[in-house]
Amino acid sequence: MADRAADVRVRDFKEVDLGMTVDEAIAEAERCLQCKKPLCVAGCPVCIDIPGFIAEVAEGNFRKAAAIVKEQNMLPAICGRVCPQETQCEGVCILGKKETAIRIGALERFVADWEQQNGLVSPEKAEPTGKRVAVVGSGPAGITAAAELARAGHAVTIFESLHEAGGVLTYGIPAFRLPKEIVKTEIDQVLEMGVGLKKNYLVGRSLSAADLLKYDAVFLATGAGLPSFMGIPGENLPGVYSANEFLTRVNLMHADRFPVFDTPVKHGARVAVVGGGNVAMDAARVARRLGAKVTLIYRRREEDMPARLAEVHHAKEEGIEFATCTNPTRIIGDQFVTGIECVKMTMCKLDASGRPSPQEEKGSEFTLDVDMVIIAIGTSPNPLLVSLIPGLERTRKGNVVVDENGKTSIPHVYAGGDIATGAATVIEAMGTAKKAAAAINRMLREE
Amino acid sequence: MTRLYTVNTASEIAERIYEFWIRAPQVARNARAGQFLILRIDEQGERIPLTISAVNGDAVRVVFMAVGKTTQHLATLKAGDALADVVGPLGKPSEIENFGTACVVGGGAGIACLPIIARELKEAGNHVIGIIGARNAGLLILEDEMREICDELFITTDDGSKGFHGYAADVLKRELDHRTIDRVWIIGPAIMMKVTSAATVPYGVKTFVSLNPIMVDGTGMCGSCRVTVGGETKFACVDGPEFDAHQVDFVELMQRQRIYTDQEKAAVERFAEHTCRCGEGGHHHG
Ligand SMILES: Cc1cc2nc3c(=O)[nH]c(=O)nc-3n(C[C@H](O)[C@H](O)[C@H](O)COP(=O)(O)OP(=O)(O)OC[C@H]3O[C@@H](n4cnc5c(N)ncnc54)[C@H](O)[C@@H]3O)c2cc1C
Ligand SMILES: Cc1cc2nc3c(=O)[nH]c(=O)nc-3n(C[C@H](O)[C@H](O)[C@H](O)COP(=O)(O)OP(=O)(O)OC[C@H]3O[C@@H](n4cnc5c(N)ncnc54)[C@H](O)[C@@H]3O)c2cc1C
Ligand code: SF4
Ligand code: FES
Repeated sequence: MADRAADVRVRDFKEVDLGMTVDEAIAEAERCLQCKKPLCVAGCPVCIDIPGFIAEVAEGNFRKAAAIVKEQNMLPAICGRVCPQETQCEGVCILGKKETAIRIGALERFVADWEQQNGLVSPEKAEPTGKRVAVVGSGPAGITAAAELARAGHAVTIFESLHEAGGVLTYGIPAFRLPKEIVKTEIDQVLEMGVGLKKNYLVGRSLSAADLLKYDAVFLATGAGLPSFMGIPGENLPGVYSANEFLTRVNLMHADRFPVFDTPVKHGARVAVVGGGNVAMDAARVARRLGAKVTLIYRRREEDMPARLAEVHHAKEEGIEFATCTNPTRIIGDQFVTGIECVKMTMCKLDASGRPSPQEEKGSEFTLDVDMVIIAIGTSPNPLLVSLIPGLERTRKGNVVVDENGKTSIPHVYAGGDIATGAATVIEAMGTAKKAAAAINRMLREE
Repeated sequence: MTRLYTVNTASEIAERIYEFWIRAPQVARNARAGQFLILRIDEQGERIPLTISAVNGDAVRVVFMAVGKTTQHLATLKAGDALADVVGPLGKPSEIENFGTACVVGGGAGIACLPIIARELKEAGNHVIGIIGARNAGLLILEDEMREICDELFITTDDGSKGFHGYAADVLKRELDHRTIDRVWIIGPAIMMKVTSAATVPYGVKTFVSLNPIMVDGTGMCGSCRVTVGGETKFACVDGPEFDAHQVDFVELMQRQRIYTDQEKAAVERFAEHTCRCGEGGHHHG
């Protein structure tokens, strides 16, 4: 499996990772030990029959392999590209102890891409039940729940506030990591199961909370879209973006192609990105593709970064500079950003989560000259709709409180994905959505 | 593609100011005073916010000034044309109660936002004073409608071509001097809102302004619309767009409105060069 050369790929938004060839996939699949008690499956948040599908790949039965993956995961081309496999299935694969773990993610992607090119496997649907379910939000959680509920025979409508479906998959993750046609094909296959999609509907405003609650069941999947800022001076200066704004302008509104597309975005010459997660890596690499020299500022060490290993590696290859153990204290500028003042951090004692906690080093202040700053330090649950539903219990941080089945404090209302867990991953969002869909299904059948 | 959002009527009501009625049932059904919508003309378009100025059946009225690329493009649309997207109503509704006497003040295209607020204030039992101002008589919009809704209506023009010769702020001050006004709304360009709302400070009258920062999603997801109010960062699209005028950092607002000045200029020039997008895989309307 090959990546496109770094100096070529930073000039466009085409996919970085080229995927496996048929021969590579078969050879990799043949390495699998077909464990009796496969640890990989236990490590997968949606419990894909991993040895099962790998065995079919080894035999060259790619369609059968796709069908096995799809029993548990309707979005394999997406998951195969963006899941943090190293901490999930691949992280626990028995082969990882001695040699290298099976490249399960790459195989999943291979199977899904093969399927997209050779005709999709469509799942069977149960008889119509006559029940109506509303799904709010069309990110991975909403799409997954909608697919499961449609399979069970319910009439499902997804409401989405933006003009495109997909949530973070569409507006957040850049095309060089997740091509938009791939996202669209996987979402369309769910819509083709008879799921309705109402775009341009901000639920709570375009549809009142009271009207929403008239559905037989409701699944809230509005994500964690509210960007956090640091609260340091200068953050509202022109030239300071939240990662969400910067990525949305480029991914959803195509501002990289301004003026053919009407939405503008600034192209900084020297850009600072603050953060160390996937979002920060994506923002940095997009800014790089818009022509900037990029410095990533992160307050802990590189090994503490929450981003996927592959993305850290890709970012470095693309020439992103890492300023680790560094914390911004002030953004400088008059009409526009001209610099960012930082302080070095030393890693002292371990905090409650076992990570070393950073402390400011006295007298280590320095200034980076930049003309643009992107803040990627996290997001919190989107408060709009959930604050309009009376009696809906939420945590202090704003997450909707759910039980192990995704059930909220209000009858018939379930929630999953980032709105319930806080910012997490695609596959975790899908896992919670599947549990909730199963519970909704049980509830609707019992009535 | 189904044409969900059609322009029902389109007309120029003053120089470069247009009134459109747009079919958008889910917006019309729920719209309240103070709220706005976001529209996108076509697949290449940007999302622009416009205040909801009136509602009738499944259509809403917007009034806009053709300033840059998108509003100039919008101005070329005719009855029967379709828009790619309309989402709304967005933002918090105005805080309407029976305050006693309420005053709504509008400048330029900002006058468009007043009728729906004035109407709701009237329905809540207020005595409603309207003050509408423009650079000259030709730029004054919705005068008849405002006269019909308000108990009293004052008109001002910068050049004296109609009504009071001067600014809306002058008339507001004059009225505050000799009577009690319990609530004031001021809507117009940022600089007009800044100056006019300064007039109510000495009288301690609670005053609202409707802020117009640059927006993208309008749902609280991007932070483009952040404004400083009372020292705190707020997102105008979900926390506003109306805020306590005396707490707003107008200087920052105006600075942030200018972020894309260079690009906007380039876009307008390009739009003037070829209003038709043929050859670019673009679309033709009409
Ligand atoms: C830049 C970026 C990169 C990431 N990279 C990775 C990665 O590599 N791997 C990984 O596993 N995870 C990654 N993540 C995290 C992952 O994308 C999220 O955890 C996941 O998308 C959450 O899914 P969700 O369905 O809960 O919410 P979202 O994807 O956030 O979708 C929520 C949807 O609801 C809509 N909505 C919100 N409110 C309303 C309303 N009131 N009415 C109607 N619609 C509404 C929103 O517009 C949105 O479309 C990344 C996140 C970001 C931002
Ligand atoms: C809540 C709200 C309600 C509004 N209501 C009205 C209205 O009723 N009538 C009206 O004429 N105008 C209204 N505006 C302003 C209107 O959105 C802008 O005039 C329009 O976006 C300009 O687009 P353009 O491409 O034609 O001009 P541009 O050349 O892009 O910009 C001209 C100026 O418009 C502002 N602007 C640009 N893009 C945006 C954007 N996406 N969002 C907000 N402002 C922007 C900037 O200050 C800019 O300097 C409102 C703005 C907001 C935020
Ligand atoms: S743990 Fe590794 S070797 Fe065992 S079945 Fe899973 S992928 Fe194959
Ligand atoms: S416009 Fe994006 S948060 Fe307000």
